[in-house]
Amino acid sequence: MSWLTIVKKELTLELRKKSVIASLVLYLFSIVFIVSLSFGQAGISPVAWAALFWISLLFTAISTIAKSFIGERRGVFIYYYYTVSPGQLIMGKLAYHALLSCLLGLGGYGLFVLFLGDPIRDHTVFLTAVVLGSVGFAGALTLISSIAAKTTNGSVLMAVLSFPLVVSILLMAVKLTKNCMDGLGWAASSDELVIVVAINSLVTALSYLLFPYIWRS
Amino acid sequence: MKKWGWKIATVALLLYTVTAGFLWEVPRLHIVNETIRALYFHVPMWFGMVALFSASAVFGIRYLRQGQTHHDLYSASFAHAGMLLGTLGMVTGMVWAHYTWGTFWHWDPKQTGAAITYLVYLAYFVLRLSVENTEQRARLAAVYNIFAFAAMIPLIFIIPRLTDSMHPGSGGNPGFNMYDLDSRMRVVFYPAVAGWILLGFWLAQQRIRLKNAEEQLLEHEYEQP
Repeated sequence: MSWLTIVKKELTLELRKKSVIASLVLYLFSIVFIVSLSFGQAGISPVAWAALFWISLLFTAISTIAKSFIGERRGVFIYYYYTVSPGQLIMGKLAYHALLSCLLGLGGYGLFVLFLGDPIRDHTVFLTAVVLGSVGFAGALTLISSIAAKTTNGSVLMAVLSFPLVVSILLMAVKLTKNCMDGLGWAASSDELVIVVAINSLVTALSYLLFPYIWRS
Repeated sequence: MKKWGWKIATVALLLYTVTAGFLWEVPRLHIVNETIRALYFHVPMWFGMVALFSASAVFGIRYLRQGQTHHDLYSASFAHAGMLLGTLGMVTGMVWAHYTWGTFWHWDPKQTGAAITYLVYLAYFVLRLSVENTEQRARLAAVYNIFAFAAMIPLIFIIPRLTDSMHPGSGGNPGFNMYDLDSRMRVVFYPAVAGWILLGFWLAQQRIRLKNAEEQLLEHEYEQP
């Protein structure tokens, strides 16, 4: 099996069950709902908008990706063990998570616009940042989820292990969002975009290299 | 003599650092004044932390490639010693910041990076605590160590350089080059770097020996109940 087969299999399963997608959408919706209720009529400042947008994306991504290894049944693992090479497996999972978190990012943006208004002036740069940031979350969290799945208190450890690693992506993403609110354009944001791309490729390459060692145990 | 040499050197270098660092002439600069002496303590401690964390990651890689248990012990001990030097570096930095910036903690990009690095290694120790099986613990810890080390580099070295910072050496503030003009500081600074790094490795060696001794005691008890 190649990594594309894994992406296809995950997608088919997800669409067939629908429970996962439904619960994620509801999760994101509840976060946005709580945020808009707690800020009330006073409205929300652009900086708070940017911070809350990325934090809610991060938490949704953590709870989504945590399931991929922690929630998987034993039989599926044995099946993978005999049919897929570890490199293909991690790339497949990573690609699928990247796709899922991009969709969540864009959906989350839609919900934020609906409930909290749209302070973004520079939409092309912002959407690029959302896609790159989501891919970065997926890249960093997939390997962590496979580590956390091997421990006794996996779901707690997932958050503890992943948070410090995604902070650099989060900081860059919030800064990019602020740039987009000021309508500064590509030139002002190029440094941050390059860093996010660099972190993404680093994290992906490391996942590919390191995953076989976790898979073997 | 060969085994003792580097320890004698460590003691000599650090004695020299402390006496020369506190007593010798330093350049007078506005605001910084006498706190410039932090260069002999704060900066080398960070160098030592980075050196020890690098050694920890290298032994993580060696463990994954060769699977020998003592490499895992080395990796964990270097991380412990690195954490201690990091704590000292952070405390000395905060004391310095209190006198020059007016606050202990300022959310300066370098401080943020240091705090996140701290969290990464705390998470590493929590991971080590939460796996029972020794072999699995070693493997998971090695993978996380390498992953975290690669994620730490952009934090400490790249991001602070891009943003405005009051920390010397970034964001347009004068850094080393300003001090380098003064060769009186250089004769203390370089020995200080060597001394603090060696102290870190010495501490790591003590922990390795302690753990080995504990292991041997356990085996001894097992043989003679």
